Amino acid sequence: MLQLERRPVDSSLMRWASPVLALVLTVITGFVLFLALGKDPVEGLTFFFITPISDLVGLAELGLKMAPLLLCAAGLTVCYRAKLWNIGAEGHFLMGALGASVVAVALVDMSGFWVLPVVLLAGVLAGMLWAGIASGLKTYLNCNEILTTIMLNYIALNLLLYTVHGPLKDPMGFGFPQSVMFADSALLPALIPGTRLHLGLAFGLLAAVAVWVLFARSFIGFQLNVVGQDHRAAAFAGFGARRLTWFAFLVGGATAGLAGASEVTGPIGQLVPQVSPGYGYTAIIVVFLGRMHALGIIAASALLALTFIGGEMLQIAMNMPKAVTGLFQGLLLFYLLTCDAFIHYRIRLRAPVRKPTHVAAPAATQEA
Amino acid sequence: MELLTNILAAMVVAGTPLLLVALGELICERSGVLNLGQEGMMLMGAVAGFVATLSTGSLALGVAVAILAGVGMSLLFAFMAVTLAANQYAAGLALTIFGTGLSAFVGAGFVGESIDGFDRVAIPLLSNLPVIGRVFFHQDPLVYFSLVACAGIALFLHQSRGGLLLRAVGESPESANANGLKVLTIRYLAVAFGGAMAGLAGAYLSLAYTPMWTENMTAGRGWIALALVVFATWRPERVLLGAYLFGAASILHLVLQGLGWRASTELLAMLPYVVTIVMLILLSFNPVRTRLNTPLSLGQPYRPGH
Repeated sequence: MLQLERRPVDSSLMRWASPVLALVLTVITGFVLFLALGKDPVEGLTFFFITPISDLVGLAELGLKMAPLLLCAAGLTVCYRAKLWNIGAEGHFLMGALGASVVAVALVDMSGFWVLPVVLLAGVLAGMLWAGIASGLKTYLNCNEILTTIMLNYIALNLLLYTVHGPLKDPMGFGFPQSVMFADSALLPALIPGTRLHLGLAFGLLAAVAVWVLFARSFIGFQLNVVGQDHRAAAFAGFGARRLTWFAFLVGGATAGLAGASEVTGPIGQLVPQVSPGYGYTAIIVVFLGRMHALGIIAASALLALTFIGGEMLQIAMNMPKAVTGLFQGLLLFYLLTCDAFIHYRIRLRAPVRKPTHVAAPAATQEA
Repeated sequence: MELLTNILAAMVVAGTPLLLVALGELICERSGVLNLGQEGMMLMGAVAGFVATLSTGSLALGVAVAILAGVGMSLLFAFMAVTLAANQYAAGLALTIFGTGLSAFVGAGFVGESIDGFDRVAIPLLSNLPVIGRVFFHQDPLVYFSLVACAGIALFLHQSRGGLLLRAVGESPESANANGLKVLTIRYLAVAFGGAMAGLAGAYLSLAYTPMWTENMTAGRGWIALALVVFATWRPERVLLGAYLFGAASILHLVLQGLGWRASTELLAMLPYVVTIVMLILLSFNPVRTRLNTPLSLGQPYRPGH
């Protein structure tokens, strides 16, 4: 009989094998799905995984989509390590885009090197403000951060829609809900000339390095880890939970806000309603898949960036719905959590051992 | 008076999907399982019900398929959170993300299609009562079902042996297990019931409230329902009141527009979410009340023999 049994020690092999296994299972499911839809599965998977990144322009597009995912995921890693379930990266991202756009539109006639930093800073601060609300609600009023951050996401989305339909709407925009194009001085420079890849990816990689330094080398990173693993132990050690919560949320807000600011000053160049295809939510998958580790989230953000462009590719090449992206992401997370169970448990193929009730059996103790 | 009656009737309609999904989550949480996947299950119910009704023309079949879709999704969650004892937060979040993606994929070809949704059915005699008649007894069949379900669940929880077993498992799975109860089976049943209600709530959106399918049409209602259950301190009758309060918040922009106010739709559309946060803040003024009413094992996985 199949029996789930707790491992004496968590499997560190399984901890890193689990994401790979989840990816394999997702690809197999994709294969079956293509067959069921009457499409050629090999062709479909090639269009999804390989065609989008087979040239320099494609790779640049991958980096373009990686940037916001990596930035959001870096901030969320800090929160999740401390077991703060911040689901609000999407809201921080939207507020970052909104804050940066408001300043960029106000400075549209300005030129000078200082314009871009000011615009980006506005985005960072707007993201921090939004995360700060959730942090304040948690630390002072004890509100569950999952629910408050989700609600703040919806509020941020409506605030952005209001702004783009109202105060920031371009009067010369033929009635389209969008802002004026930003001045060149407010745009992020390209990383590779001739492609859309911009400095945002460098911000993302820097954020990942910062996460590594934080958890490998700093005391506050150690405190965050302890709070996450055993908050009672952290309290005994005198680590201030409230201060650490504020720190984690503000970092999360700052990185996601920067991601939003980089998106409007990078590839888009103006504020539009659909500034995010759900980067903030996808970043949650990136963090879990990347094992809350700097290198892990870099790899995971590349994979999930690929699901965005792979989905677009399938739409163009094989007339599939673009929603295949969300389906793929959902499957991946689902399989990941299932595989993660085997970090703590293993399967036994025998009947459960019955403990003898009245005979003190040394054999039984040895087995345990 | 006419206007007030109309507003109250619209409030009940807007509150019904919240009531349905929150009642399901209430049963689920009473067994000690916190399922954050309500949004995903609702979306799957909405799309499955809509597609079934569109292709067969039968609303009853649509509702049945929606319930099945909700149950199917909830069993995925139960497998992760109950059998594999995974972190319930992560598993629920995964269910919502998966359901959002899958429903968008399934429904991609059906955006823009329309069906004839549920009609209102007046209940004889009762619907002639002033105000109350129009508000509660001249509605579609699913509204009546939600009211019956609310009363039924209240009776089940506090007056039946089944309700006692459910609460026992939620308060202390160890003691329940020691008394010979099958904790995992009861939790599976509770999660599946939550899935059925969430599927039905989704069907209410796509078959009655706005008879069509659009991506993410639940607009956070699954999450609001989670807050609602806490606010109602896990009691069905308070869930009913809370759901209608939220119903009122979500139709306020229609009311203001009806009164001739010129206010931005987007700003007013924030209101249900702001109300949810305000509600969570109000709860924080009396944390003892929440703590006393929370099922003791809520959110903690249970594995017999460990």
